Amino acid sequence: MLKEETVRALEQTARQLRVEILKMLNTAKSGHTGGSLSAIDALTALYFHQMRHDPSNPKWEDRDRFVLSKGHAAPALYACLAEAGYFSRDDLKTLRRFGSHLQGHPDMNKTPGVEVCTGSLGQGLSQAVGLAIASKLAGRSARIYSLLGDGEVQEGQIWEATMAAAHFKLDNLCVILDHNGLQIDGEVEKVMNVGPLGPKFLSFNWHVLEVDGHDIQAICQALENADETEGRPTMIIARTVKGKGVPFFEHKASYHGVPPSDDELTRALEHLGHS
Amino acid sequence: MSEMIATRDAYGKALLELGQENPRVVALDADLSGSTKTGMFGKEFPERFFNAGIAEANMVGMAAGLAAGGMIPFASTFAVFAAGRAFEQIRQSLAYPKMNVKVVATHGGITVGEDGGSHQSIEDLAIMRALPNMTVLCPADGPETEAAVRAAAAYDGPVFIRLGRSKVPVVFTEGCDFAIGRGATLRQGTDMTFITTGLMTAQALEAAAILAEENISARVVHLGSIKPLDVDLVLQAARETGAIVTAEEHSVIGGLGGAVCEVICEGYPVPVERVGLRDVFGQSGLAEELLAHYGLTPAHLVEAAERVMRRK
Repeated sequence: MLKEETVRALEQTARQLRVEILKMLNTAKSGHTGGSLSAIDALTALYFHQMRHDPSNPKWEDRDRFVLSKGHAAPALYACLAEAGYFSRDDLKTLRRFGSHLQGHPDMNKTPGVEVCTGSLGQGLSQAVGLAIASKLAGRSARIYSLLGDGEVQEGQIWEATMAAAHFKLDNLCVILDHNGLQIDGEVEKVMNVGPLGPKFLSFNWHVLEVDGHDIQAICQALENADETEGRPTMIIARTVKGKGVPFFEHKASYHGVPPSDDELTRALEHLGHS
Repeated sequence: MSEMIATRDAYGKALLELGQENPRVVALDADLSGSTKTGMFGKEFPERFFNAGIAEANMVGMAAGLAAGGMIPFASTFAVFAAGRAFEQIRQSLAYPKMNVKVVATHGGITVGEDGGSHQSIEDLAIMRALPNMTVLCPADGPETEAAVRAAAAYDGPVFIRLGRSKVPVVFTEGCDFAIGRGATLRQGTDMTFITTGLMTAQALEAAAILAEENISARVVHLGSIKPLDVDLVLQAARETGAIVTAEEHSVIGGLGGAVCEVICEGYPVPVERVGLRDVFGQSGLAEELLAHYGLTPAHLVEAAERVMRRK
């Protein structure tokens, strides 16, 4: 259990990161709002509590690695990396602009702290599996984390990688599934029902946990539980709300790839207690 | 009759040696390790060999992750699955990030033989050549394959190496060097030039010998590096011999023939004839039967040389 004050501090960080996400998307005038907001609590738990990393030395060999498989949530990742100090917070204003190191989807060769290139859904998990194998081969204790979308798991490659992670007994791999129930065309269940997700990963011999994806205490405890799991990779199914934190964005597929307008930004920041 | 070696066998041997020399070399396969010859590495280094099962997309993605984690992965399957099934993984997870992964695709071309057109890749060079950051190699024989595999391991970036199933005549000598982006003039000539890759280089050397009896002096330039292409060597051949015949065990669209024509058109236009599959798929048969059927024999190359000479 985390101390109450630690949880409060992380919640405050997540609130601040939501503000950064909304501001950068508004400035960019394009990008993915809903899925960035649903993922940010899990990313906050990873970057500001769980992961061993050193923003002053992004290539530190023994660092834990994070792969944002749902690469369109790049604004959430960039907000964390700026907050952690990988680059200036001012850079967030350049998101998606010509010449910016903050590409529409994560680019390992442009952005400090980004481990691999993602964006084409379904490919990040395989890379996380490769990183986890490499970590074991090199005798490193570094852990590999990845975040998937629940629409993303419709991709066949996800299940190829799921099979491989269990086959190679990658207990240094922990994956969070941002289960917000929505994808571009609507409800995941209606577009192509891939559920029930828990039993599927269980049947692939994963250690499976389900948590409220906006309860930072619960996420941190699940991450700790994953740490202690031997012989199997861990899947944390995080029940989330697309657009979480901004009531008029919540539960709406229509805000998947739409940035907040100036008016929406003003109202959203009011909701987040940020004037 | 020169010695015959399958390029995939030379790969298996070279990969095993690389594994002995460098602990960062790892190998992946997709249930074809007996055919691609990565099994030789897998037997010696089971802890560094990863069979992805019949899941090529994930194999390429895992290789990308291994490279991001500091390893030098060699990932193998048949060319038709590597360049086809796993194309987008190669694009997004290897070429776009310039990941240090070597995709060694065996069973390229029609000499796969009996398995038929479904398993005969005739478009892989074109597909791979279109990708930025990608290096594309197609060695002529066993010795050159070993050198190319070593050159790929020493190079930091994604490489696609196309190899074959059947035994092919040895053209180079054991221990030859190989430089990415450099071609080799294997026979001097002044009347026309064969520019060839893969097993067609041996065919072109035979054709050049036949032409010599007709008092036609044919040059043979082998390009084991399809991308980057040895532009200087190609333009030199165009300038000095004034006529080019390209030959590849691949579609005439987008592969070696396409690459050479791009260079010639922009740099020094001369008549070109492209020998290869004329926009058709292969079929079952013996390798020799298929080479004859699709016009990939020394006799066909002699005819193409005569045609191109008439256009000078």
